[in-house]
This record gives sequence, structure tokens and C-alpha cells, in this order.
Amino acid sequence: MIHIIYLIASVTFILGLKMLSNPKTARNGNLLAAAGMIAAIIATIAFHVGEVDALIYQLIFGAIAIGTVVGWLTAKKIQMTKMPELVSLFNGMGGACAALIGLVEFHHNLGDATSISVILAGMVIGSVSFSGSMIAWAKLNGTIRKAIRIPKYNIFNTVLLIGLFVYGGWITWSETGSEMHLYVLFAAALSYGILFVLPIGGADMPVVISLLNSFTGLAAAFGGFLYGNQVMLTGGILVGSAGTLLTLVMCKAMNRPLFNVVFGAFGGGNSSSESTDSQGSVREVGPSDLAVQLNYSNKVLIVPGYGLAVAQAQHVIKELEQLLESKGVEVAYAIHPVAGRMPGHMNVLLAESNVQYDKLKEMEDVNPEFAQTDVVLVVGANDVVNPAAKTDPASPIFGMPILEVETAKSVVVNKRSMKPGYAGIENQLFFRDKTQMLFGDAKKVLSELVSELKALD
Amino acid sequence: MNELIQFFTTNKEIIFSVTLMIFVGVEVIGKVPAVLHTPLMSGANAIHGVVIVGAIIVMLNSEADNYLALALGTIAVFLGTLNVVGGFVVTDRMLEMFKKKKN
Repeated sequence: MIHIIYLIASVTFILGLKMLSNPKTARNGNLLAAAGMIAAIIATIAFHVGEVDALIYQLIFGAIAIGTVVGWLTAKKIQMTKMPELVSLFNGMGGACAALIGLVEFHHNLGDATSISVILAGMVIGSVSFSGSMIAWAKLNGTIRKAIRIPKYNIFNTVLLIGLFVYGGWITWSETGSEMHLYVLFAAALSYGILFVLPIGGADMPVVISLLNSFTGLAAAFGGFLYGNQVMLTGGILVGSAGTLLTLVMCKAMNRPLFNVVFGAFGGGNSSSESTDSQGSVREVGPSDLAVQLNYSNKVLIVPGYGLAVAQAQHVIKELEQLLESKGVEVAYAIHPVAGRMPGHMNVLLAESNVQYDKLKEMEDVNPEFAQTDVVLVVGANDVVNPAAKTDPASPIFGMPILEVETAKSVVVNKRSMKPGYAGIENQLFFRDKTQMLFGDAKKVLSELVSELKALD
Repeated sequence: MNELIQFFTTNKEIIFSVTLMIFVGVEVIGKVPAVLHTPLMSGANAIHGVVIVGAIIVMLNSEADNYLALALGTIAVFLGTLNVVGGFVVTDRMLEMFKKKKN
């Protein structure tokens, strides 16, 4: 019986994931997978063979009840802008879960080399996923702002990684039953997760989260192997392989090989790129002048970025869009594949304020349109419009496709300050003649802009 | 070599499903529009919450007086639940937004 339910659950995972890749069926796909998960959990408890103490049932149901309430409330209450962090956080929880399973199962399986190696693999991957996700979460949350690098971190990390393999192998083959070695390995895996993610810049975080996501899938699959549990195995491997592919797809969208993301990291600016960091003069513009400019434009393209999300300006930007449309100005949004902190982040955010789906234009479609655009309004985006990605081979983001806003008649950039973006590099765009800077919090200045526009009638 | 073949024979069902699942995973993602990357990642995130099944098995197999195992197991079940429930609810919230724009 339990195997039939596990089979059904596995099928719901596959179908659910398949449906998630199409906008029309996505929501039902998610619910389908959720239903399969509930069935699998109930079946695991209901069809367990053997005596189980009442205390254990109480603990299980207690943990599930508290976990459900906490998870549900967190997921429901979180602001849309914080979603990427939350995905990372939940991913870390799954990794930790896998790591704890390994800790408990270790001494139940002493003497069985296959089981021990599977347990250690699951525990190490789960731990790396957990601590890595926590760092990714802290980075997205702004708790850790800068990429922190210890000298020669690449060599150090690689040595540590090899060390984890060797140590794990030694624990397996030496058949030591010592808990001490288990905990040392656990601690080393946690440290590796931290050191693995720390040097990676914030702009690459989506890729890292996706990668850690597939790690957790792998950890779950090792658990499935250990128990001969089909649903864990299929679910875990499914996420592991789908997650890996998704990671590669994301890398492709940014035109950055995965290897560079993990090992290259964004340099601290090497000498040649620093020399081009000219400090030319910046033209500032106020909301009232900009209102006049926009009022007499035929076509305006808005380039949203993370700044829009941070300022929660998605509603006021919708208001701006409607106001301009009522004045006969053509308005659309140019969405870079990795705008914000995650692919699709801007789409989700703008959808929240009911921006029409067809107004969101993807990079390939919108790039030729900039030439016919009067004003490009860049709201809190930086690296995705940095011309250095096209012109400066020394730039760390060189090769990343960008929105070619420079071809428009004029560019207005809204930022809080002149500070560099997440990649930590200067943006020459801000110093160009056709560029004007509109400093301030996106929500605040856009609201001012809207009221100025209204006053123009 | 013999050991390898023996390993394969004893675990052949698992090895078959793992191999097939890898391809299923790749096929399922196929061509996904960039717009759906975040919800898809979030959905996959919820699915690997299936690791909670392992945590429950740990609990069910523990002795009632092994307090360390029970404590770790309970935490594992709690964290796994967070992963499952939070993961699916967050994904649903993201997708809810996509639906709204069609109206």
C-alpha cells in the first residue's frame, strides 16, 4: 500500500514540476505536488510497521504542527520583495533536516560501509546546503553586504573540499565508530558551505541558491537510498537534476559560465578596470523637470531593478504608467533576465501591482526598441544597464548581455546614491552626456514625480 | 570490479530509478521561460522537502529513551515541515500574482 502511495506522490512531483514550467498550469502544478507530498507524509506515518512509543508520535505531530504554523505564517506574511531570501531560508531548512538525519543514523549503521558512505554523503551535502543557504540569505537580506574573501580562497576552498572527501572516505573505510570524527566532519562541512558562498557576489546569488537547491535535492536522495525509500529518492533526484539544469539555464541568461560564478567571483576590480573608473561629472535632475520631460515624450521605457523592490515602489510605478498613458505616452517595462535578485523577480513584483503582462518586455525584444524611445527611466537597476559589460573586457561583468539603454534619446537613472551596484563596480552610464540622475528613494521620488505630472494639467 | 558488479546487482532497482529520474528532471525543465525561473526554483525547493519523510522514519525507528536521537529527530521533522509548508505556500503566493494579471 505504502509503495502505491509513494509511486503516486512521485508522479505528482514530476507532473507538478512539468506544470510549473508553463504560466497557465503553474499554480495547479504546485498544488498537485503539495498534495502528493501530504499523501507521502501521511503514508509514512500510517503504514509504519513495528511498535512505536506514544511519545514519539507526540513529538512527530508536535513538530509537524509547529512547523506548519511557522512555515505558513512566514510564507504568507513575508513581503514580495523578500521572497528570494525566503526561498534560500527554506532551502537551508531542508538541508539541515538531511544533515540531522545523517547525524542520528550514523551509529545505527556502523559496520555497513555502503550505508555509512551514503549517510556521510547526505550529511555533508545537507550541511553545505544549510550553511551556504544561510549565508545566501544573509547576503540577500543585507546582513552581509560585501563579498568577503580570505586570501587565496579558491585554493583554500578546494583543499577543504578534497579534505571533506578524504576524511569522509577515511571514516567509512576505517570503520571507526567514533562520534568525534562524525562531528568534526559535520563542522567541516558547515564551514565549507560558509566559505563556498561568502566570496560569491550578490549578483550571482540566484545561481547559488539554485545550485544549493539541487544540493539539498541530492541530500534527500541519499536519504532515500539509505532507507530504500522510493519517494525520497525520486523527489530528491528530480530536484537534483532539474535544479542543476535550472542553474545552468540561469547562468546562460547571464552569460556567465557556472565555473566563473563559483570560482571566478566578481573581482575586487583589477587594475585595468580601475583606471577606467573616470569620475566624470554627473547631471542631476529633479522630479519637476523630469515630469515635464516625460509629459512631452512619445515613448517611455521603464527599467526596473532591485531598488524598485527595496523601496516597494511597484504600486507607484504602476500609477506613473497609467498617468503617462492617459497623456498619450507609450509606456512599457524592459525586464532584464536577472533584474532584481532572482530571475523573474521583477515580473512577480510588477504583477503584484497589476501591470499588464504584455507591457513587460524581455531583453531580446526590447533592445531594438530603445532607439525609438524618448526617455528611459532606470529605477534602482545598475549592473544590468552597465555598458562596461559590452565595452570593457577587464570588467568583471564583461560578456553579460545588458539592456542597451544608451541608444535612447535620454536616460534618467533613479538611485539612492552614486554607490556602485551589487557587483561592486562603477557604471560609466551615469557619467554620459545623455544621462540624468534622479537621486532618492524610488517610492518617494516617483510619488513626487506623479504629483508633479498631475499638476501639469 | 566484482564488488562493483555486486553493488550494482544488490541496488539495481535504485540505480535504475536514479538514472531515469535524472533524465526526467532534465526533460521536465525543458524550455522554461525566464519569467518562471523563480517560481520553478521555489517549487523544486518545496519538493526536496520530501526529506521530511526521512526525518519521520528516523523518529519512528528511535527508541523512546534515546533522547539525543529524539531531540535531533524532532528538530529535523520541524525543519523539514518548514521546508515543505513554507516552500509550497511561497510558490503559491508567487504564482497567485501571475494569475491576477490575466484579469
